[in-house]
Amino acid sequence: MGSIGAKEVPVLLSPEGRRIDGRRLDELRALKITAGALHEADGSAYVEWGANKVMAAVYGPREVHPRHLQQNNKAIVQCRYNMAAFSVDERKRPGLDRRSQEISKVISEAFESVIFAEEYPRTSIDVYIEVLQANAGTRCAGIVAASVALADAGIPMVDLLPAVAVGKVAGEIALDLKKEEDNFGEADLPMALVPQSGRLVLLQMEGHMTAPELARALELGVRGCRSIYETMKQALRERYATGTGAEPQGAA
Amino acid sequence: MRPGPGTYRVDGRIYASILGLLQRRPPLVRIVPLSGRYIPKPRDVVVGTVTDVQGTFWLLDIGAPRWTPLHMTGTPWKIDFGETEQYLHVGDAVVVAVESIEATGRIGVTMLGEGLGKLEGGTIATISPAKVPRVIGRSGSMIRTITTLTGCKVVVGQNGRVWVDGPAEGIIRVRECLRLIEEEGQRSGLTERIQAYLDSTSSPGSTHEHRSHVLEEIPHTSGPSREEEVRVPPPADDTEPARPGEGSEEEGGPDPAPGDDY
Repeated sequence: MGSIGAKEVPVLLSPEGRRIDGRRLDELRALKITAGALHEADGSAYVEWGANKVMAAVYGPREVHPRHLQQNNKAIVQCRYNMAAFSVDERKRPGLDRRSQEISKVISEAFESVIFAEEYPRTSIDVYIEVLQANAGTRCAGIVAASVALADAGIPMVDLLPAVAVGKVAGEIALDLKKEEDNFGEADLPMALVPQSGRLVLLQMEGHMTAPELARALELGVRGCRSIYETMKQALRERYATGTGAEPQGAA
Repeated sequence: MRPGPGTYRVDGRIYASILGLLQRRPPLVRIVPLSGRYIPKPRDVVVGTVTDVQGTFWLLDIGAPRWTPLHMTGTPWKIDFGETEQYLHVGDAVVVAVESIEATGRIGVTMLGEGLGKLEGGTIATISPAKVPRVIGRSGSMIRTITTLTGCKVVVGQNGRVWVDGPAEGIIRVRECLRLIEEEGQRSGLTERIQAYLDSTSSPGSTHEHRSHVLEEIPHTSGPSREEEVRVPPPADDTEPARPGEGSEEEGGPDPAPGDDY
């Protein structure tokens, strides 16, 4: 997005191999995850990833509205990705647009493939992803936040779902693009990984890459996801840290 | 070892499917959930509110994934078709027991049984269903402490809905106790802290008689529960203690905690 051509293309990669914010090609931006950030939701998480700020809330499993969407053998997963009007420098027109509809759909499908939906027939698991501040890679930040929120909500899943975008910047494959790199780079490849099986459940691409570049990008992305995965688990441990190691006492 | 609740098996390895505490009770490995909605089990006693009245049944909100029908045949009243409205209205609180969970997810409840029925007056507080055992305490010690020290009637549903009735000031203190349990439920010495809170807030005026009455009872009610807090994990069961930061409390954890695979 952004007005390419209007602005001068910044120097995205220094001769020493440093990126615009000083990172190396295979470095992630700083990632901070807070599990259980909201009180009223069944599960929630807040993610700050570079300059991205994303909140996710999970409700459910609960009754499906409207009723006709209900499936009698499993729960449906409904994600809504939304960008706040103030999340970008030019005011974003609020509400649904083509882009957020698409992202909501691909995220819903990614989560459908990891959630054990058969355990809750005729219900809905609703995931709300609100982007408060955007700086490239918000769908990945949204997936990370939503995934931690789902775990916080006690939803049974194959695994957490770390996600990251890999791109091509100044001819080089780089991990976790920030805004300038996304705007002026040559390609962007967001992906979400199931660490348990090694499967990718979300993979999109914008721009062009050669086959060897794509292979390199996938390898770099999977490595990034595995590192993000650890941060996600750590966030959940911090939320549920037990002082004594006692299991919840039996009721009887 | 076989995969129990909260786990699944792939290629002979057992993984956690929910966030919780690892528990090994041969032949089962299971995960005890730490969060999430109330998932009904048969024989659970739950507190619910009426959300709809139909000709032969009421719909209840018990905090489960689905609305829960209470059929008129499951009540102690003799009701003809269409008379349901004379007995329970939208917003009324009831204590019911879960009878059955069907494959469709439909939840069957009944009001027939000891301690079940309509709740008159009072107010409902909500806590996480995972914290319910903490509110009750070992063999009811915690709930006994709370009721005796506040002079309130309390009904704790397995679904995390807690019905409270009594003097207004007592209800406030019960709610504060529930909040303390919700926030600090995992830490040790919970019963002591609840007791300290209740002692510090009991006013000399109207609650005085409760207090003097209670002073005799404290040693009995708190004795066993204090022991329970210290002795962790309880010796009689082979519960895997939570090892913070060591994968026992693991979400979706392919990172199979040592010995997780069989």
